[in-house]
Amino acid sequence: MKETDINESALLNENGQRDAEQAWAADVRRAAIRPTIGRASVAWKLSVTVLGLVVLAGLGAWIYQFKRGLGAAGYNDQAFWAVYIVDVVTFIGVSYGGAVISAILRLTGQSWRAPLTRLAEGTALVTVLIGALFIFPHLGRPERFWEIPIYVNTSSPLFWDFMAISTYVLATVIFFYLPLVPDMAIVNKTLGRADRPARFRIYKALSLKWMGNERQRRLLHSVLTLISLIIIPLAVSVHSVLSWAFATTSRPGWMESVFPPYFVIAALYSGTALVIVVASAFRKGYRLERFITKRHFVRLGYIMAALGLVYAYLTIADLLSEGYTGITSGWIRQTIAGRYAIPFWFYVVFGEVLPIALVAVKKTRNIKGMTVASVGVVIALWVKRIVIVLPPVTQPLIGGFWGTYHFTWVSITITVAGVAAIPFGLMLLFRFLPVLSIDEMEEMGELGSVEQVSKETLAVQKQAPAYAYANGNGHVNGNGVGMPEKEVQL
Amino acid sequence: MRKLSKSKQQASGGLDLIPAESCAIPADGQACSIMPAVLADEPAGSVEKDLSRRRFLGMFGAVAGATAVLGTGVELLSYRAYAQGLPKTNNWTGNSGMTGSGAADMASTQAPPTHQWAMVIDLSMCNGCGSCTAACQKAHYLTPDQTWMKVFELTDTTGQTYHLPRPCMQCENPPCLHVCPVHATFRQEQGVVLVNQDRCIGCRMCMAACPYEARYFNWNSDVKYPPIPVEATPEFPVPQRLGTVGKCTFCVGNLNHGLLSECAAGCQMGAIYNGDLKTDVAVNSAGTTVKLSKFLDDNNAVTFKPEQNTHPRVWYILGHGQNLNADASTAKS
Ligand code: SF4
Ligand code: SF4
Repeated sequence: MKETDINESALLNENGQRDAEQAWAADVRRAAIRPTIGRASVAWKLSVTVLGLVVLAGLGAWIYQFKRGLGAAGYNDQAFWAVYIVDVVTFIGVSYGGAVISAILRLTGQSWRAPLTRLAEGTALVTVLIGALFIFPHLGRPERFWEIPIYVNTSSPLFWDFMAISTYVLATVIFFYLPLVPDMAIVNKTLGRADRPARFRIYKALSLKWMGNERQRRLLHSVLTLISLIIIPLAVSVHSVLSWAFATTSRPGWMESVFPPYFVIAALYSGTALVIVVASAFRKGYRLERFITKRHFVRLGYIMAALGLVYAYLTIADLLSEGYTGITSGWIRQTIAGRYAIPFWFYVVFGEVLPIALVAVKKTRNIKGMTVASVGVVIALWVKRIVIVLPPVTQPLIGGFWGTYHFTWVSITITVAGVAAIPFGLMLLFRFLPVLSIDEMEEMGELGSVEQVSKETLAVQKQAPAYAYANGNGHVNGNGVGMPEKEVQL
Repeated sequence: MRKLSKSKQQASGGLDLIPAESCAIPADGQACSIMPAVLADEPAGSVEKDLSRRRFLGMFGAVAGATAVLGTGVELLSYRAYAQGLPKTNNWTGNSGMTGSGAADMASTQAPPTHQWAMVIDLSMCNGCGSCTAACQKAHYLTPDQTWMKVFELTDTTGQTYHLPRPCMQCENPPCLHVCPVHATFRQEQGVVLVNQDRCIGCRMCMAACPYEARYFNWNSDVKYPPIPVEATPEFPVPQRLGTVGKCTFCVGNLNHGLLSECAAGCQMGAIYNGDLKTDVAVNSAGTTVKLSKFLDDNNAVTFKPEQNTHPRVWYILGHGQNLNADASTAKS
């Protein structure tokens, strides 16, 4: 807070402006690049090792399950879909949040997004990959996965799931990569060829001969705008198609017209929550306190609360009409007051009441409060999906008894490994790539990134996107984070 | 309803089958409870006496150890005309050919589509003994959980208990088939829906889609099978493959060799009839041979869950005025 005050006053000074911006740029670079090319800290190594072991345990459990059959994961004929499909929906869901939050903020020109975009897009990338991988434990014969694109059945919702998810993975990779291009050039300038030749070459290749000139910049902007525009409907379609894997069956509780928006909103809601959790963790762990501030958490918290309300509305819409007529309401009875009541009310408390209260009450509307709220949302929405999947699966369609799904160590280990894979993947990712979007943050400037700015100021900021590059000598300052002159001449 | 009856017309090769829904059962069920009391020795009005048909069906009856005229030569020529008039392959459910290109891959032991297999289950005869389930499980080496033929004990809206044997309905419009991403589920030319366990990826989408809970998965690797001399085929998927789905095959291999299905043969009560829509005959383990269309018509046979638009090949005769559909929706937890 104190630093901000100082800088603000510095910016008011006409002469001091350039210095402040340069100092800002240097700070950003230091914070973003240090975890990448600096020496890995003990804490980092320890966390990555522990998380890696958990992921390995999950892989081991999966191999065991592959040998023993899905029965080892607690499945049976009256609980034929359970935890893994929930994991698929959950992971791909949270991925959506990261991507769309970033895309929407980008499209609406929200300059405060700058310190968050890389984290959000990275989370989207890592989680969508984990979610896609969870299809393998879900299948009884994962080694025959290749048949889906070969023996195509276009009338199968699963074929369209396959198409949608693979397109979405591709789009997420592109969406993650594009804003990275200028950063790669920046990192390389810091790194120098001699230090780590291999890395230098990779970064160089990834930077696509980025010079930061006007033409490249305009191109990048328009491509990013385009992909932001594409990724939103794409993600809507992915989650709709995902929901139709359920809604195109005739099972009471699944054959619901509300399902596509229900899934889309759930994805956005939990995804926003995960962005908050990740931002909170990385802010602490990667010393980004200066860049990611309370303001970011509160704004994301508002978005999350709004989505939470929409989701509550859709939940009621899903339950009310069938529950009222009572025609196929066995699953509703079981959900609200029967065998699925505990997870359902867990969702109500930790997925709706608590987070919305934490956002609503001014006292808790801070970093800690928002983090607690979003942890609640992420977990509660996983539980909620259990409640969406299991009652219709386990209900008797003809007569007899309700089925039961029993969690086993196999399914728990694999699921926990999936959860651990998020920080694991992100920490590895940001060991090689900058954790902040350096270029964007410089472009937005400290003003845009940290403080609230009026539209005019923003426009001015945008006018001089390449300020730090193109302005004369280009040397930002010491600390090894400068740029060679010849590059800047362009 | 019009659509359904049209499809039945097609399915039965122009024979006049009643559409399932036409049995408008009043609450007390009176209208439908006109079952012939004795089947075996006193052929009811619906029993077909035509010799050639009896001869054909005699094969069923003889094998089942009951009273029927024996015959070695199966007289089918007169029905070939129907076979030629019908679309040849398995995509004649009116669903734009999506009923499984997988069938083409199957080097099957099928006879040409001379038959269109069906089943009639007379609920008034079923006492819920479960012999059909046991016979099926024995023949296919199923685990106790895998009740391809399952007898449900249900309570009618009037409060009385009755038993409902449930095989795979061999739907003419099978939801399980439409949702299968790799065409592992296919419908062969005799109208039997089968699973290619060498192709199935185990996604269980079909289990979600089947409204009759007719599909069972192979969850565990610890199932022991005795040495079985023949290769597993979709018609006789034994031993079952781990991680794939299985279900009632109608014992289509049996049927094509003139045998009753295991469940029909195992039913002491003669409640289960194997039938053929082409030849329009059906026979049970008691050797009772009936003219299928007339049998269904006379007894106001119904299909299960007609609202699902699946067009089952299995018909039920309601002996006690049950209302299958009312019951299904009030299943207790
Ligand atoms: S009863 Fe079920 S498994 Fe059998 S054909 Fe119909 S939908 Fe498929
Ligand atoms: S479980 Fe097998 S048969 Fe069923 S839909 Fe999946 S691939 Fe097809």
